[in-house]
Parts: sequence; C-alpha cells; structure tokens
Amino acid sequence: MIRLERRTPPPWVAAATPVVSVLAALAVGGLMLAASGVNPFAAYATLFGDPFGSAFGWSETLVKATPLILTGLAVLLPARMKLWNIGAEGQLQCGAIAATWVAVFTPLGHSSLAIPALLLAGMVGGAVWCLVPAILRAALSVNETITTLLLNYVALLLVDFLIYGPWRDPGSRGFPLSPELPPAARLPVLVGGTRVHLGLLVALAAVLAVWFVLARTRWGLEIRVIGDNPDAARYVGISLTRNILLVMAVAGALAGLAGAGEVSAVSGRLQQGLSPGYGYTGIIVAWLARLNPAASVLVAVLLGALFLGGDGLQISLNLPLAVVYMLQGLIFFFVLGGEQLAGYRLRSAAPAARGVEGTERPA
Amino acid sequence: MRAITKRFPGVVANDAVDFTAWPGEIHALLGENGAGKSTLMKILYGFYEPDGGEVRVYGVPRRFRSPRDALRCGLGMLFQQFTLVPSLSVVQNVLLSLPPSGWRLNERAAAARLAAEGTRYGMAVDPWARVWQLSIGEQQRVEILKLLARGADVLVLDEPTAVLTPQETSDLFMTLRRLAAEGRTIIIITHKLAEVMAVAHRVTVLRNGALVGETKRASTSPRALARMMVGRDTFDLPLREATTPGAVVLEAVDVWAESDRGMPALRGLSLSVSSGEIVGVAGVAGNGQRELGEVIAGLRRTSHGRVWIVGRDRTGASPLAVIQAGLGHVPEDRLGVGIAPHLSVADNLILKRYRERRFGPGPLLDRAAIRRLALELIGTFGIQTPGPDTPAGALSGGNVQRLILAREISAGPRAILAFHPTRGLDVGATEAVHRMLLDRRREGTGVLLISEDLDEILLLSDRIAVISDGQLMGMVRPGEVTVEEIGLMLGGTRRSGPAAAVATTRDPRGASPPAEDSP
Repeated sequence: MIRLERRTPPPWVAAATPVVSVLAALAVGGLMLAASGVNPFAAYATLFGDPFGSAFGWSETLVKATPLILTGLAVLLPARMKLWNIGAEGQLQCGAIAATWVAVFTPLGHSSLAIPALLLAGMVGGAVWCLVPAILRAALSVNETITTLLLNYVALLLVDFLIYGPWRDPGSRGFPLSPELPPAARLPVLVGGTRVHLGLLVALAAVLAVWFVLARTRWGLEIRVIGDNPDAARYVGISLTRNILLVMAVAGALAGLAGAGEVSAVSGRLQQGLSPGYGYTGIIVAWLARLNPAASVLVAVLLGALFLGGDGLQISLNLPLAVVYMLQGLIFFFVLGGEQLAGYRLRSAAPAARGVEGTERPA
Repeated sequence: MRAITKRFPGVVANDAVDFTAWPGEIHALLGENGAGKSTLMKILYGFYEPDGGEVRVYGVPRRFRSPRDALRCGLGMLFQQFTLVPSLSVVQNVLLSLPPSGWRLNERAAAARLAAEGTRYGMAVDPWARVWQLSIGEQQRVEILKLLARGADVLVLDEPTAVLTPQETSDLFMTLRRLAAEGRTIIIITHKLAEVMAVAHRVTVLRNGALVGETKRASTSPRALARMMVGRDTFDLPLREATTPGAVVLEAVDVWAESDRGMPALRGLSLSVSSGEIVGVAGVAGNGQRELGEVIAGLRRTSHGRVWIVGRDRTGASPLAVIQAGLGHVPEDRLGVGIAPHLSVADNLILKRYRERRFGPGPLLDRAAIRRLALELIGTFGIQTPGPDTPAGALSGGNVQRLILAREISAGPRAILAFHPTRGLDVGATEAVHRMLLDRRREGTGVLLISEDLDEILLLSDRIAVISDGQLMGMVRPGEVTVEEIGLMLGGTRRSGPAAAVATTRDPRGASPPAEDSP
C-alpha cells in the first residue's frame, strides 16, 4: 500500500516543480497531437522554433506578450484582494472601442496629443466596463466572477455592432472594419523592422507601478490586508467598498490599455479577432506568476510565444488555433496541480518497497 | 503510551514520555504552553507519528496513521479550534462527522437522539440551530456530541475550559464526571491548577517536553502542582495600586442592538468607563458581550441608544472614526479578526496607524520607519518572533496577543476595549497581559475588560458590570461583593439594593427564572 504524506517541499523541489510541470504538460499535449495524426516533434519545433528561433521571432513574441502583461496585471491586482476579474477580455475590447473613438471620430486623432489621448481613452473605457461589476459587488454583493465573465460577451457584441453598423468603414467594401486610425494615432515602433511598439514600455511601466503600489504604498497595504483577512481589514477601519471600486477600476484600466495598444499598434482599426483571448490568457498569466507582478512578465512572454507558435502551426501544419488553447490549459492545469502535489510525498507502508512516483492515486 | 519521543526541527517536543490513563477516570495532563502536552495527545490521536515509543490502547499496541484510525479504536479528541461548518445546523454537523451509512440522512431521528444525549450528559443544545449562531461554549458541546456519536470511549480535550465561562466550566465538569462514571476515559489537557483540583482523579505533569511526574489528585496540592509545572515557585499576582478615576472616556447609554440571528442581544444596557479605571464586564457567554464590544468598536449598528467615546457621540460611527476617536480594541477573535496572518509582524503592528504621516509622505509607506517601530515594539512588548518580517500567523497564541496589545497600546488610546484578552494563554503570557492592562490603567487609560474568566475580572477590575441577557444586572466593586452574589446576577437576578438580592418587580420579564444553576 502506498500513501500520501504532507511535507514542506525542499527548495530544489519547489524550484523544479514549475519546469517539470510545463514539460509534463507538453508531453501530454504531444500525445494529443500524435493522436490527431501530427508528429508532435515537428509541431513543437514549429511551436517554439518560430517564437524563439530568430530575432524576428523574438520580436513577434514580445508583440504578443505586450497585451498579456497588461491583462495579467488586470487579473492579478484584484486577485490580491480576492476579487476574481474574469473580464479582462471585455475590458480590453472596451478599451479598444474607446481608443478607436478618440482616434477616428474626434479631432484629437490627428493632433499631436493623439497617442496620450487614445491611451487614456482606452483606460477609461476598460475602467468603466469593470466598474459595472465592481459597483454591483460593492453595493449588492453580486459575485464579480460571474458578472465580469458575462460582460465579456456583451463587449464582443458591442464591437460587432459598431463595426457592422455605425462605425463601418465606407471604403471597406462591406467588410466589418472600422476606418483606419490616422497616422498620428499609431503607437510608434520601438525597433525598426519589427512590430515591437511603445505599448511594451507602457506595459513594463505598469508592472513597475503595480509592484510599487502593492509593496510601498498605504493603498497597497490596504489591498493586502483585505486580501489576507477582510474581517481584520474592517476591524482596523479599512473601507472595503472604496477599495473594491478603486481596484476594479484600475484593473479595467490596465486591460483597456491593452485594447488601446492592439488597435493603435497592431490592427490599426477596430475589427473582429482583435484579441485571440488575451483577456482569458491573462488569468493564466496572473496565476502562473503566483500573483507576482514581476513574474508575470516572464509568463506573459512564454504564453505570447505559444500564441505566435500557434500561428505557425496553423500555417505550416494546418492545425487549428485550438491547439494553443489546449496547451495553455494543460500548462495551467499541470503547474497548479504540480504545486499542490509538491506538498506531499509518497510513502509505501511496507518499508522495503518504494512507491513509484505518479503511479498511485491519493487514497 | 511508553517512552514517546517526538522531534520537530530544532526542538524535542516529547522526550521519552510515559503516560497511562485508565477507564473510568478523568486524567489531567498538566503543563505550561509548549510543554508538549498537545503533541503527546496528537500522537495518541494519530495526528503525528512518534519518532520513538509505543502507544497501547486497551493493552493492544497500535500505530495510528491518521485520526481516522484512532477514531476507529474509540479515541476522540476535542481541539481548541473547532471543526464545525458554521452555515449548517447542529444536527447536520454531527451527521457530517459520521462515517457514511446509506444515502439517506434521517435528521429528525438524529436530532431526537442528540437532544436525548444532550440532556443525559447535561449539555443541551438546540439541534436545529445553525452553528454560527451558537456561543463558543455551545459549539464546544456540539464537538463533544460529535465525538460521542462516533462512539469515542477515550475523550481527549485540549484546554476545553479556555473558552468557557465559570458556569459553563462547571457544567462541562459535570458532563465529564458522568461520562467517566460510565467507564469512559477522559483526558484533559490544561494549565489551570484549579481545574485539576476540581475535576481530575489523577494528574500527569509535563515540563519542556519531559515527564515531571504522575500523582493522584487526592495526594497533591495546587502549590505542589504549580511547582512541578513551572519548575519554581510561582510569582505573586500583579499589584493593583489605588488610582483616582478621571473623566469618563467611554459610555454606553441605553444601548439596544440585535444579534446576528436578529434577536435582541443588548436590551437597554448602560455603563461607563472613566480614565484610569478598569471596568470588568462579567456575564455568561452569549449574553450580549460580543454585541456590546462590536457596538462600541463601530462594527455593529445599534437600534437605540448612544455610544460616547472621549466626550463625543460616536453612535453609528465607522470603525475608522472610532479608532481615530482614541479607542484601542483587543478583539474577541484574535486570529480571525485581530491580525492579517500572512502579512508580516511589522505590517500587522502598524495596521491601525499606517495612515499617520510618520510612516511616509502622501501615499507612500516608509518601510524603514515601519521596521524601526516594529523592532521597538517587539522589544518593548516582548513579542517572541524571529524578526519583523515573519508572518504574524506563525506566532504562538500568546505572542499574537502581545502583538495586538502592542499595536493597540502604542497608538496611545484614551480607552481600551479588551475582549477575552488572556483566553487560551499560559500563566506567563496571562501575567504579561494583565501587567500591560494595569500599566495602561496607571497611565490614565480607561479599560473596558470583557471576560468570561471571573477570576480575571475580580483580579483586575475597579468596578464590575454584571450582565445577563443583554441587560445590566448590577454594577459592583470586587471587594464589596461575594462570588455567590455575582453568580446570582450572572443567572439573571437583578441587584436592586443592599437589602434585596432577589429580582424586583421592575424586571421586565417578571420573576426571573432560575435560568441555570448558580455557580
């Protein structure tokens, strides 16, 4: 008989766990690829060769990582006070809508203030979208997990309404596209010959800001206290209502910023498929980073690479984008599971026989 | 249990300890906090595996791998932290603890059985009440009923009276005697000598993880036990010097409030605390103490009446406004409310003061200033912690309480609300807390001491407010009243004057029912 025993994982186990977990996820993913008739080694060669194999690959990886950093923060910050923002996708879309409106439909779009104005608009758009569930939560204790999630679909339909309706570009020959953003409203590229844009610096600045707020400000202390023990927060006079509204507004603004960046730097107009699920992937970014802002940059790059590699898989191996979501899911599953399992060790009841790791299920 | 040894990193919790308990006896396991009592019993209960030694139950050597194995052999342990589901009823909680038997739950039959057992052993609890509505004393009864329902013949109770009133304690002891009389073995872990003398047949004393000795209750004395437990003669009680109370700093006037259940919990309660005095609030658990504390701290609404703090009407003020008015608050639930367990000791120490400018300009926090203050408070208040960055939840109970007191006292409050300040603390920590409160009193702070430990109230208070059912039964001075008189008031008898010790016709409920036996 083999049984589980609780333990504190030794340091090397704690360090190796995420790496082993990711490898295990890729192994299982490989089996699935093989089952669908694709050589998993060829697939993985494309998946990781494209993003990391060349300077251009790296630059494209960073392009994908940029919105992921921001949506990751949009999930991470509320999660630090145990609010679950599943709505970064919708907040991103609303940020994109607001940024498009400022750039295309107001005179600001042609002015020298176009870029700050559209970034600000993106933040406001995302914040407003996120404040709806925040107010419901603060005033009526409505579960924000559900409301933020459901508002994603509303936001996507809102985009559809605009690009099929009032905002459709007359010159698009019937395609559902908004007019193109004027040149003054396009985020500048950082490195010539690539698409790495100013948004990356904005995202990194946001990481720094979130870290700083959490670690070094009164407000950050309040967030951490609420997250750790809401009863203690109430007892020491911290307002839950105020903090729910503020934190969710900031989270929405961060996701909205991602949307503004995508419209302004990548697509150049409001359109469908603006985000291949950056908002949802932000949840994975936040959790794999264990709610640590700095770590979320690394995770965002890894998951950005996965998106880029996924594009490659579609083109060269004719695989659907769903492969990317499958791998994302597996990685998420294995890393969280690995973290839990590292807290245990297998022991055989008979001292002579040794348990084989991974072959026994917990009793 | 023979030669039980258990090591934890850096400490030997049990060093070759022998322990024997017989059927039909109440056996006290005595020792200070950290003496290894709980570890020894957790080994018996299969919670830990010993590094050495042997456990025999009814003569049979056993190796328990989990509490489940121990339960199967008729062992049951009552922990200080209860394992109840607050949103479920008493009967559901009991059914939940039983091994699965069929797919249908017969709640009615179980409730009837519970009620019968409760009456039989003198621990009546409404089987249909939700657990969150119960007082801590009642919750403990539910835990004992759970163990009995699982057929436990050996009951281990870890400091069961730490959470009880004197009345509840004597009820519990009666229950334990009845259980022992039926041939069960009762082991109580304790550090209170009075309890040992009151209820135990035999005593085993541990100190620093080692066995000091085993003796019959009849052939020992509290003094001898204290020496065995502490290893030296105990200190004298802290001295309470005479002070002259000053202005009123805390006043409740005709306060009415409802409990979580929506029942009237405070019914026209009035009391006041002046600077430089300690006012004790004595009452049986669940008679409005929690609501009184919460109303004063701004955590619960009043339905009628006013609360004055340092000369201003603070009725319905926010917790923040109450803090800023100068109220320090040692909360009833020190782990659940008093600290943020995963935050550092330093962060916890400034939780009520982080808004002050000295901790950084504008929105910024000055980590260095926080650390300085933390180090200072850790030294002044003797908080035992590896450092200011250790998570507060890693501290022992006594040190968590020191942390809370350090935070509350260092903010320079005009009034302190101290709720069960020494519950569950050992002799040394209790003494330290008492000293801190008396120091505050000498410095001119008014202290409202809510406690279910009558000895503590008699020891510290200048005046004692005895409450029952949310009403003031009388305001007395410790020297001018007997414990019996207080007992009567705890039972709901209003003290109307020196001549009359019985209920008067002014009592709105008419003749006061003999709610519970007087202690």
